[in-house]
Amino acid sequence: MKNHYLFQFIHFIMIATFGLLFLPSCGNQAGQTNTGGALGDDVASQVYVAPGEYDEFYAFMSGGFSGQIGVHGLPSGRLLKVIPVFSTDGEKGYGFSEETKPMLNTSHGFVPWDDAHHPELSQTNGETDGRWIFINGNNTPRIARIDLSVFETVEIIEIPNSGGNHSSPFTTENTEYVVAGTRFGVPYPQKDVAINTYAENFKGMLTYVKVEEDGAMDVAFQILLPAFDYDLAHSGKGNSHGWTFFTTYNTEEKSTLLEVAASQNDKDFIAAVNWKKAEEYIAQGKYQEVPAKYAHNVYDEKTHMATSTMKDKVKVLIPSECPGLVYFLPTPKSPHGVDVDPTGEYIVGNGKLSADLTVHSFTKMKAAIDNQSFETEIAGVPVLKFEEVVAGSVKDAGLGPLHTEFDDKGNAYTSFFITSEVVKWKVGTWEVLDKASTFYSVGHIMIPGGDSKKPQGKYLVALNKITKDRYLPTGPELCHSAQLYDISGDKMKLLLDFPTAGEPHYAQGISADRIVPNVKKFYPIEENEHPYRALGEKDARVERNGNEVHVYMTTIRSHFAPDNIEGIKVGDKVYFHVTNLEQDWDVPHGFAVMGANNAELLIMGGQTETFLWEPKSVGVIPFYCTDFCSALHQEMQGYIRVSPRSSNIALKWGLGEEEVVQ
Amino acid sequence: MKKNLPRILMIIAVLGLGTLFLFPMWKITLIAPQYPKGVTMHIHINKLGGETPAVIQNINILNHYVGMKYIEEDSIPELKYFPYVVMAMMAMGLLMAAVDKPKLYLGWAILLSLLAMAGLYDFYLWEYDYGHSLSPTAPIKIPGASFQPPLFGSKQIISFTAISLPHIGGYFAGSSILLAGLAWWQKSKLDKNETTDSTSDNSHISSERLHTVA
Repeated sequence: MKNHYLFQFIHFIMIATFGLLFLPSCGNQAGQTNTGGALGDDVASQVYVAPGEYDEFYAFMSGGFSGQIGVHGLPSGRLLKVIPVFSTDGEKGYGFSEETKPMLNTSHGFVPWDDAHHPELSQTNGETDGRWIFINGNNTPRIARIDLSVFETVEIIEIPNSGGNHSSPFTTENTEYVVAGTRFGVPYPQKDVAINTYAENFKGMLTYVKVEEDGAMDVAFQILLPAFDYDLAHSGKGNSHGWTFFTTYNTEEKSTLLEVAASQNDKDFIAAVNWKKAEEYIAQGKYQEVPAKYAHNVYDEKTHMATSTMKDKVKVLIPSECPGLVYFLPTPKSPHGVDVDPTGEYIVGNGKLSADLTVHSFTKMKAAIDNQSFETEIAGVPVLKFEEVVAGSVKDAGLGPLHTEFDDKGNAYTSFFITSEVVKWKVGTWEVLDKASTFYSVGHIMIPGGDSKKPQGKYLVALNKITKDRYLPTGPELCHSAQLYDISGDKMKLLLDFPTAGEPHYAQGISADRIVPNVKKFYPIEENEHPYRALGEKDARVERNGNEVHVYMTTIRSHFAPDNIEGIKVGDKVYFHVTNLEQDWDVPHGFAVMGANNAELLIMGGQTETFLWEPKSVGVIPFYCTDFCSALHQEMQGYIRVSPRSSNIALKWGLGEEEVVQ
Repeated sequence: MKKNLPRILMIIAVLGLGTLFLFPMWKITLIAPQYPKGVTMHIHINKLGGETPAVIQNINILNHYVGMKYIEEDSIPELKYFPYVVMAMMAMGLLMAAVDKPKLYLGWAILLSLLAMAGLYDFYLWEYDYGHSLSPTAPIKIPGASFQPPLFGSKQIISFTAISLPHIGGYFAGSSILLAGLAWWQKSKLDKNETTDSTSDNSHISSERLHTVA
């Protein structure tokens, strides 16, 4: 017996010794799988873009609470530009120059910030075409259009009767419309009512914004629905072209402690909107024209100026008066993203409080509508029967499905927030094929063209909500993290982590060759139609009109004309209209005045921008070029003499030895 | 056909000269670290230009650091009268094709060569002037440095590589000299054959005529 124990003891020691001998090598092996293995597979070279080489794709990442769009290259992840959209940007003078201030005008006045969630590229025949990218402003409901020949925001339209523009902009197949569904129910029309009268007084509005051939946007019509929270959207394609699908939560119609109150219904809805039918009703005049105040801001590339127009009415369609316009598809557990596969047949409802993904069939939906097979009706909207529209479900794939994108091989990829992973599954068989961890808590995912008819399934980007320990720490606030996966093979392979600007929600990717040929290098000066332009140094001058002074200034390497100005008085409103005469790529000039309660100007070649300065005290104030433009950049400076209000100093300006006296 | 070959060659030579009004005759390319693809200036018979409309402005901006004169069309009178010289040569060429004498073709070719050489010399003088007449207040002064671009070929000018070469119009105009030379050669050959042929031909015809008369 004793021997038996001794034998066991010796056996244990032997195993332990062997174990210890083995452990280091096990550890090494594990280490190699995590880091060395990556090098072994040559992951580094997959994301390496040699100096001077271009990335294969552009990635447009929403800036979230930065209100902007971050433009990255893929596969390198390099940040190329931050496009100011809904927030002022001192770096570019956006929202500070007189020309761009109107871009941020709303029915509430100047709003210097927003929360930008979902960039969406324009499409032609369901394919991304590289003309524009749209993005929603969530906080003060708006949609912006960015022109991808200049990577600048050129139009912003406010969405009336809305409270939080989340399910937006999500284009139709030929960019006929971008949409805007309200995330918050709000009283319709806005009025002073008790909040607990939510179910009675509050409404939810879906908005269709028409996009013209030249990109111009206008609110075409709105659809009045119950005050659910309209969360996300995607338009149909192929067979389902002509429809848009909006997810809803809070179908309980509660206004307080939503995390519990809005999570009670076993099924919420996907609202299916037949927008071609809506067009018919509009043509027949079956709408109500209601007063509404909303701003429409347009930037003109010739005048280099934005103008803001306040609109005063909108056409509203009421589903009970417009049969066939909207249907509700019951979908389990507060669906978040709604994503339509490249064929247009399958509508994926990502029930965020569920373990399963529900997939509806467009064909079955149409059949159920044709058979008038409705479960009930809510506010004039027929509710279809779940079992008659569902095509299948992806079972036990993870927990907390949020968003689905597609590749070009019939696979879908879904992000799972709670289990922090991306799950690859087969469209049609609903079989789970692969899982990849994300670091950490992935929100949206993006495959270039992944929500279009023609995905380019080479890379997947995971846009994570939590960063924790992924980068060198930067105090309590950390950058947000994106991760790049190779999805060209059977298994997803993590290639790269890279930080993003603001908080990325959705993103869009596109082949660089769809954008690069159209990119402008500067604005032709002969096309400059700015009312205060100076097309050469001979036009440089200073004009006074009461206490308003207009300085027609030019910049060229390496001086301002004029660079000495006298005769400015305390209390004047001085407008510097600075025209950059450069006609070369990458030669912007900056303009900044000491003590001005303003940002700088950053003026591109051929552009005119205006800087307002209101001097408050006497003195001689320097100004200078803020963008290192040339070998003589440090010499690019000047002075403005500010005299007392009562002084008789004549207006005088000059450059070099030539001085002109008015 | 063969008889008209010299004339056709001469007309092609005239047309070749005419391309000077369609294409630049010379180009100067500046390559620098900041201009990896180069800035290319075009010299036409009657104007200055470049690959993009703003090339002259951009070259002037670069030149002003070292105090070089502004390159301006108005300051170069040749751009005004050279077109007339070319037009006169074209008219003369057509006249010579009409008269169709070998010596005239040769003369035209020689005259055009002389004009081309004079033009190149004039070009050299301008380059010398731009490269040497520097403003005394130039922001950047480099003792002993010459900013004169090369007449032909490549040259390093401080941070720039300057490349000076003929362009489409220049190549066509150059081949006009060769074509006129070819016309002279062909015409001389024809005339020579004709003198030998015509003696026998004439005797043949005259004997025929004699027969008819008889």
